[in-house]
Amino acid sequence: MASIDYPLEHPPVKEGEFSFSNHLYEWVSTVDHKRLGLMYIVTALLFLVVAGIMATVIRLQLAFPNGHVVDPDTYNRLFTMHGTTMVFLVGMPFVAGLSNYLVPLMIGARDMAFPRMNAFGFWIFLFGGFLLYFSYIGGSGLSGAGSAPDVGWFAYAPLTSRAFSRGASTDYWILGILVAGIGSIASAINVIVTTLSMRCPGMTLARMPMFVWVMLIDSWLIIIALPPLSAAQIMLLIDRFLGGNFFNTQNGGSAVLWQHFFWIFGHPEVYILIFPAFAILSEVIPIFSRKPIFGRPAMVGAVAAIGFISLGVWAHHMFAVGMTSWSNTFFTASTMIVGIPTGIKIFNWTATMYGGKIRLATPMLFCCAFLFQFLIAGLTGIMLATGPFDWQLHDSYFVVGHFHFTLVAGLVFALFAGMYYWFPKVSGRMYHEKMGKWHFWLFLIGVELTFVPMHFLGFLGMPRRIYTYEAGRGWEFWNLVATSGLIFQIPATALFVWNLLISSIKGERCGDDPWDAWTLEWSIPSPPPEYNFETIPEVRSSRPLWDLKNPNDPDWRFE
Amino acid sequence: MDTALNTQAPPVIGEWRLPDRGTMGVIFLIVTESALFTIFVVAYIVYIGRSLSGPYPKDVLDLPILASICLLSSSVTIVFAEHALKRNRVGLFKAWWFATILLGLEFLLSTGLEWRKLIYEDHLTVSTNLFGTTFYALVGLHASHVIVGLIFLLLVMLVSLFGFPIHTQERRVKFLSWYWHFVDAVWIVVFTVVYVIGR
Repeated sequence: MASIDYPLEHPPVKEGEFSFSNHLYEWVSTVDHKRLGLMYIVTALLFLVVAGIMATVIRLQLAFPNGHVVDPDTYNRLFTMHGTTMVFLVGMPFVAGLSNYLVPLMIGARDMAFPRMNAFGFWIFLFGGFLLYFSYIGGSGLSGAGSAPDVGWFAYAPLTSRAFSRGASTDYWILGILVAGIGSIASAINVIVTTLSMRCPGMTLARMPMFVWVMLIDSWLIIIALPPLSAAQIMLLIDRFLGGNFFNTQNGGSAVLWQHFFWIFGHPEVYILIFPAFAILSEVIPIFSRKPIFGRPAMVGAVAAIGFISLGVWAHHMFAVGMTSWSNTFFTASTMIVGIPTGIKIFNWTATMYGGKIRLATPMLFCCAFLFQFLIAGLTGIMLATGPFDWQLHDSYFVVGHFHFTLVAGLVFALFAGMYYWFPKVSGRMYHEKMGKWHFWLFLIGVELTFVPMHFLGFLGMPRRIYTYEAGRGWEFWNLVATSGLIFQIPATALFVWNLLISSIKGERCGDDPWDAWTLEWSIPSPPPEYNFETIPEVRSSRPLWDLKNPNDPDWRFE
Repeated sequence: MDTALNTQAPPVIGEWRLPDRGTMGVIFLIVTESALFTIFVVAYIVYIGRSLSGPYPKDVLDLPILASICLLSSSVTIVFAEHALKRNRVGLFKAWWFATILLGLEFLLSTGLEWRKLIYEDHLTVSTNLFGTTFYALVGLHASHVIVGLIFLLLVMLVSLFGFPIHTQERRVKFLSWYWHFVDAVWIVVFTVVYVIGR
C-alpha cells in the first residue's frame, strides 16, 4: 500500500516546540469559551476595520460638493455594507465575544453550558460574514447585474424585489444575515443557560455581577428579537425565489409590513448593541471609583425595563410612513418611556462616581466620555421620538448623527473601555497607559468633529444616504469638518491596535489583579488557565473578591 | 470595631441546586422558535382577505380533521412512551414511540395530499395570490418542523431497535417530547388561524 504522507492523527508536540499547524488546529477545533470569545472579538475588530474603511470612503466622497471619489452605485453598496457589517458583523460578535469570555469567569464556572454549540455558533457566524462579503465576487449572479447589496442595511421593500434588485446581491445579504443570526441565537441561548444553570455555589441571582445581569437580559432580547428578522428574511426569500407576494405591492402585498417586521427586530437590536456598553460601565466605573455600584437593584430593574419596553417602540422608525395618529401617539409615548430607565442608569453611574476615589486610567476615561456622549445621544433620541419633530428630520443627517452618537460615541467608547480594562486579564500583561491616553484624546476629538456636525447638517436639510450635493446649500463647511474628524480617528484606532499588539508581547507583567477588583475573574491567574478555576469558588456577597481581600470587613455582613 | 461582628462566622451555603442546563436549553429554544412562528402567524392574519384574486380560502380549504387528530394524539402517545421508559419497559416504549412516528407520518401525508389537491385541482401556488403565499409559508414552516421532529423520532427509534440502551437517555427523550409537544401546540394555533378564522 502506498504510504500516507500526512498524518491522520495529530502528532504530539514536544515541550517548548512551536508548531504553526498545531496552533491553528488548536484554535480551529477549540470549544473553550475563552478562545471562542477571543475569536469573536478579533473577528469583530477585523470587520470593524473593514467597515471603518468603508466609512472613510463615504466621508471622503462627501467632504466636498460634487465629489467623485466613487461612483454612485459603489456608494450605495458602501453605505449598505458599512451599516450591515457594523450591526451584524461587529456589534453582534462583540456581544457574543464579551459574554463568552467573561460570563463563565464571573459566575465561577469552568465553561459555558454548551461548549460545542458555542463553537458552532462562532463558525456559522463567520460563515455568514464571509457569505455577505462573497457578494462582492459572486453577487452578479447569472444575470450579470449588481455586485454587493445596495439596498441599505434595513433593505426596505420594494427595493429588494426582483424587479428592482436584479442579480444575487440581495440574496447574499439575506442569507449572510440569516446564517449569522443563527449563530447569534445559539450563542445567546448558551449565555442564558450558562447564567441560569452554571453559577458557582452561593452566587444567587441577587449576587450576580452587573455585567452578567446585563448580558443575561441582552441575550434574552436576542432570542426574542432576532427571529422576527429571520422570519421576514425567509418571507423575502419566498418572494424572491418562489414568486411569493409578501412584500409585492402589485399583488396586494404590503411594503410597510416589511418595515414593521424589520423594526420589530431592528429597534430591540439597537438595545442589544448598547447593552454590552451598560455591562462594561457597570463593572468599570465602580472599580475605578472604589465604590460599590450605586443602587444595584435599580440598575438591574432599569436594564430589565429597557429590555421590556424596547419590544414595543419599533414604529418610531416609521413616523414618516403615514401611520394612524393613534399609532404615532402610542409609539411616541412608549419611546419616551425608555428615557426613564436610561436616566436611572446614567444617574446611578454618576452617583457611583460621586464621592468616590476616582482613578482616571484609560478605561475610566472612556467611561466618563461615554456618560456625556451617551446622554447627548439619548436626548437627541427623545427629540426624534416626538412624531412631529421626526417628520421634519426623518432620514436626514440628524438621524445619522443621533445613532452614530449612540453607537460610536457610546458603544465604541464603552468597548474600548472594556478592552483596556480586561486586557491585563486576557494577556497577563499591562497595556501602555500613555498610548491609551493618547488614543482616548485623539479618538474623542475625532468623534466629536465627525458626528456633532452631522446634527447641524440634518437641521440644514441634508438627507441621509445622499451621493453628493451641490455647492451653495450651506453644507460644505460642516461636511468638511465631519470628514476632518478622520484625521484624528484613524491614528487613534491605529494606536489602539498597535498598543494591544505590542503590549501583548512586550507589556509589563501585571499579576492576577492589577485593578484591585472585586469580581471572580480577577481571582484567577492571568491569562486564565483552560479550566478557569482550580477549585470552584464559593460566593457570599456580590463582591466575592472584596470578601477574600478584606476578611475583617466582608460584604456579606451587610447583605 | 465591634468584636462580636468580627468573629461572626460567614453564612453557610446550603444545598446548591440550579436548573438542569439541558432543560433550560430546550425551553429557550422553544421560546426563540415561538418568536419565529409569531411573525409568520402575524403575517397570515394581516393578509387575511387581502388577496386580489382567487382561489380564496373559503372555496378551497377543507378542515384537516383527521390530520389534526393524528398530530394531537401523537402528543399523547409520546407521553405514554416516556412513561414506559421511566418504568424501564423498553418494549412498550418502542411500541408507543412507533405509534407516535406513524401518527406524525400520517399528518405529513395528509398535508402532502392537501397541497397536491390545492396545486393540481385548485391551481393555488405560492405565487398565485396572498393567500397562497401566506398559506404555504405558514403551513410549510410548521410542516418543516414536523419533519425535523420526525427525523429525531426516527433516530431514537432506530438506535433503540439496534439495541442501544435507550433507557439511559430518559432525559434526552424528554427534551424530544417537549419539542414534539411544541410542534403540536403550534399546530393548534395554525389550525385556528388558517382553517377557522381565515376561512
